[in-house]
Amino acid sequence: MQPILSVTNVSKTYASGFRALEHVNLDIRRGEIFALLGPNGAGKTTLISIICGIVTLSEGTVSVAGYDIGRDYRKTRSMIGLVPQELTTDAFETVWATVSFSRGLFGKPRNDAYVEKVLKELSLWDKKDNKIMTLSGGMKRRVLIAKALAHEPQILFLDEPTAGVDVELRQDMWDIVRALRAEGVTIILTTHYIDEAEEMADRIGVMHKGEIILVEDKAELMRKLGKKQLTLHLQKRLEAIPEALAAHRLTLAPGGGEIIYTYDTQGERTGITALLKDLNLAGIRFRDLHTTQSSLEDIFVDLVRQRR
Amino acid sequence: MNLRAVRAIYAFEMARTGRTMLQSIVSPVVSTSLYFVVFGAAIGARIPEVEGVSYGAFIVPGLIMLMLLTQSVMNASFGIYFPRFTGTIYEILSAPISYFEVVLGYVGAAATKSVILGLVVLATSWLLIPLHIAHPVWMIAFLLLTAVSFSLFGFILGLWADGFEKLQVVPLLIITPLTFLGGTFYSINLLPPAWQTVALCNPVVYLISGFRWSFFETADVSVALSLAMTVLFLAVCLATVWVMFKTGYRLKK
Ligand SMILES: Nc1ncnc2c1ncn2[C@@H]1O[C@H](COP(=O)(O)OP(=O)(O)O)[C@@H](O)[C@H]1O
Ligand SMILES: [Mg+2]
Repeated sequence: MQPILSVTNVSKTYASGFRALEHVNLDIRRGEIFALLGPNGAGKTTLISIICGIVTLSEGTVSVAGYDIGRDYRKTRSMIGLVPQELTTDAFETVWATVSFSRGLFGKPRNDAYVEKVLKELSLWDKKDNKIMTLSGGMKRRVLIAKALAHEPQILFLDEPTAGVDVELRQDMWDIVRALRAEGVTIILTTHYIDEAEEMADRIGVMHKGEIILVEDKAELMRKLGKKQLTLHLQKRLEAIPEALAAHRLTLAPGGGEIIYTYDTQGERTGITALLKDLNLAGIRFRDLHTTQSSLEDIFVDLVRQRR
Repeated sequence: MNLRAVRAIYAFEMARTGRTMLQSIVSPVVSTSLYFVVFGAAIGARIPEVEGVSYGAFIVPGLIMLMLLTQSVMNASFGIYFPRFTGTIYEILSAPISYFEVVLGYVGAAATKSVILGLVVLATSWLLIPLHIAHPVWMIAFLLLTAVSFSLFGFILGLWADGFEKLQVVPLLIITPLTFLGGTFYSINLLPPAWQTVALCNPVVYLISGFRWSFFETADVSVALSLAMTVLFLAVCLATVWVMFKTGYRLKK
């Protein structure tokens, strides 16, 4: 099936000379929820801004449902809705006015029933006549979502949708995202939280320093990323791991004072209970233990290294 | 053509104008009345007719132009600068709308507002002074042409400005002096010949002259020249906007 969004060899050099994107290739499937995962400054917003027409690209092409974003910008842009990262809203307009404005701006005929439905879904209905400047930050974010949905887009971009958002809105947002997906809307969101990508996405793309270093189905990526380490601080140093424990594939830290056990948090069984039992049987005692999860930073470093 | 988008921008801008309409109308009416009292009645009483027109009536077209120019520039520049400043411009940039349509929406709204204000000033003058408009159709044509040209100029200013100071400084230091020197209160034929030549470098001279001709059939320069210069100014502004948009100047990174 033709991808609904196709980014081919896109690079971006800002006027300052900063190279924000480096030969990015990415295909988005129709109807999926795609999470673009990466630390601050990775280039997520730059990539989204190029696709939406806010930033010009330096090299490469982007097509939406087969249409080029330059040549056929009217077609591509009318298919796309964008919720920007920053809370950029009008101030003096009412919620109703600003959402209706967005619909008109994207060339859709007036449809009060639809705008009403969007506002209700976003719990904005009772605020529809309020001026935007009187709303809280969370409410403003809802307004931005309503504006992005006002023209019934087929593709929705959510740039860091949970930054500075309370639990309730976060939950609402995910409900809306799921409902939109059920209607066939393709959703692309950016985040720097692994768990957020894990919670929502069908596929995950990892960005680092302007490059997409990996695109993977969520389940697969989580298996790769979801590793944890259990470190046992021993009472007595060991020369080597005893034969009896070989099945657990343990590592002995240099110096012999710590045993490290790596396990998969996604697995049916972590094997921790069995390990502890076998340690006990082998007469190995420990005075402390701790677990660590590879940080996103470690994972990126790992991924970058693997690629080289 | 995405006419719905043009209409959306136009309506948005007009709503913004509507919220401040009272101030927008009261202040020009007050200032125009003051000009009439000071220049028309007090000083004008001692000034003989200028080119066969009473001084009080003579300054009316100039005053309307003064209002039209400053309001057009201020409205249009603010209209596009503000979304750039707050960041809401992202939505315009991501919309399926051509640059021409963006300009149409913003400049159309700014020009509409200044034409309304121009007519309000005209109506105020009418109450204060006997006026006869020789060529009402040309009068309206000059009014529209000037409003559109200077709204475009304001739009360019709003794209170019990178701070509120520049938005204020240009009308204050360029538009107002040019209008005053361009013959709002006098006929440039009254100037010494050397200064007349200098005055002819001021584009506003042609606007006021043509506009005044539509009232009294007296002009500093020929009507055809007035019209040509106005259209030329409009063309230059259009070309500038086109280049700015083409290159994404100060809009797209
Ligand atoms: N207008 C700009 N000019 C120069 N550099 C920029 C500009 N906008 C963003 N950058 C730089 O590009 C890089 C990527 O930014 P961005 O796309 O916002 O990353 P992300 O959204 O992943 O945090 C950052 O290092 C940022 O400083
Ligand atoms: Mg970002």
